Amino acid sequence: MTTELLTGTPKPDTGRGAVMPERIVGLRCRNCGRAEQSGPNYVCPACFGPLEVAYDLELISRLVDRSTIEGRPAGIWRYLELLPVDHVPSRGLRVGSTPLVAADRLGPSLGIDRLWIKDDTRNPTLSFKDRAVAIAATKALEFGLEALACASTGNLAGATAGAAAAVGLPAYVFIPADLEPAKIDHALAYGATVVPVDGTYDDVNRLCLEVADELGWGFVNVNLRPYYAEGSKTLAFEVAEALGWRLPDVIVAPIASGAMFTKLAKGFDELAAVGLIERTPVRFVGGQAAGCAPVATAWSSGATDIEPVRTPDTIVRSLAIGNPADGRYSVELARATDGSVEAIPDEATADAIRRVATLEGIYPETAGGVTLAAAEAARRRGVIRDGDEVVALLTGNGLKTPDAVRFGLGDGGATPATAGQPGLAPVIPPRFSAFEA
Amino acid sequence: MSVVRIPPVLRASTGGQKQVEVEGSTVREVIGGLVAAYPGLAQQLLSGDGDLNRFVNVFLNDTDVRHLQALDTPVAERDTVVLLPAMAGGAAAGPAPVLVASGGRIGTHGGCCSCPGRAVRR
Repeated sequence: MTTELLTGTPKPDTGRGAVMPERIVGLRCRNCGRAEQSGPNYVCPACFGPLEVAYDLELISRLVDRSTIEGRPAGIWRYLELLPVDHVPSRGLRVGSTPLVAADRLGPSLGIDRLWIKDDTRNPTLSFKDRAVAIAATKALEFGLEALACASTGNLAGATAGAAAAVGLPAYVFIPADLEPAKIDHALAYGATVVPVDGTYDDVNRLCLEVADELGWGFVNVNLRPYYAEGSKTLAFEVAEALGWRLPDVIVAPIASGAMFTKLAKGFDELAAVGLIERTPVRFVGGQAAGCAPVATAWSSGATDIEPVRTPDTIVRSLAIGNPADGRYSVELARATDGSVEAIPDEATADAIRRVATLEGIYPETAGGVTLAAAEAARRRGVIRDGDEVVALLTGNGLKTPDAVRFGLGDGGATPATAGQPGLAPVIPPRFSAFEA
Repeated sequence: MSVVRIPPVLRASTGGQKQVEVEGSTVREVIGGLVAAYPGLAQQLLSGDGDLNRFVNVFLNDTDVRHLQALDTPVAERDTVVLLPAMAGGAAAGPAPVLVASGGRIGTHGGCCSCPGRAVRR
């Protein structure tokens, strides 16, 4: 449970009001640029805009180099200098350093010459959300908050509950009441209090905004959001390091709130700013479920603003955010990089899950299916070109959405696998002759 | 009079009040009345040209007004209007901007592994 140390002995948590090290400047409004002190704040008091963490990148460029990072233990904390914590936490789950796998069999199936899969199904609670929550949990302790909480489409529920258990905080998880049972059981197993809400994720999120403002809890994706979101940068750091400190031509990722999608770009930018890589052009391709695709719709229509989807209709619950917080920034990123945002029908999502599972031995949840189908769609569109090196992020494990892999195969994935399903043999007696038959 | 719930980040402008009562028959009029009563809110709620800041989301009785009639959504006695940060982004909603009671223009919402560091070749 205890993380390995980077160098020396970590400093003890210093509690609320701790002085931030110089490399972390504080918070800054993404809209008006106003500087704010570090704390459990997420809204600019001047313009209501979102806050994000600001660093002294020039200072950081003098603090860290490739060999220093390469000599550190596995996990997200090897990139400590580019994360908003002052030292490696003494407790927490082992997160990150997931493999980048050459998908030499799946790539041709998608029409892509050089495809890498970032297999983030392997994190402690089986999704990339562990990266973000590791940062948020550390800050919750630093700020002296009483509990860890979240509004979740599912993966974050398990990540928050697991991280809270690891650091010794109570967890409160707010979810849409119709969430997949496997995800609910996952959070309950860690001892979290799960609060089902009769509504969509956006209803849950609104409730949590109000609750977070009135309680002394750390809502990882509300009042700790500026720090939480930084955790997704570690996906970008790991991809670049695994490629030998360089960037791919195209990166493909799922878009729910858009926070991870946009932080990938911030991660690449920061690596270049501190001299760890050469900044080369990367096209950003996002994937959304067609049944809840506000960002894809805005991208394809040329709109600047996001038109919220009131009632998502998709098997891809983990991406079913109708009013995505970073949707506007995601559209801007895809456009600015000559990328795209693709809307993927559920049938194509399930088909992509089956293909990557059978061709590569990697079993992603629905968001991973969306991502791979988005890569295929971007290839057809010409956004992905001949010879491109493409990295696709598979951000969650298929065991969380066990029905999805059979979606479109007859019973709609509504019932457990039964005899007659493709690949499932009938029950036989324990005799060799029966097997031969 | 409808009730407007004020998030903490705006309470400095309402004398610390968590909710205030405001007259108005539409969401537009309620927000206009709110800004008229507490002018300090103008900077946070309204953009430079008087539109509603795109980072402000407005809910009427827990429903995002963009799913109703946007700022023209009727407001009844005892209704509750909630102002919340859009977290990031913001979105379009509603028709063209109009003048409100405060003289400020509000309108379209949209103005407003064990093998770190290595790629695996199989």
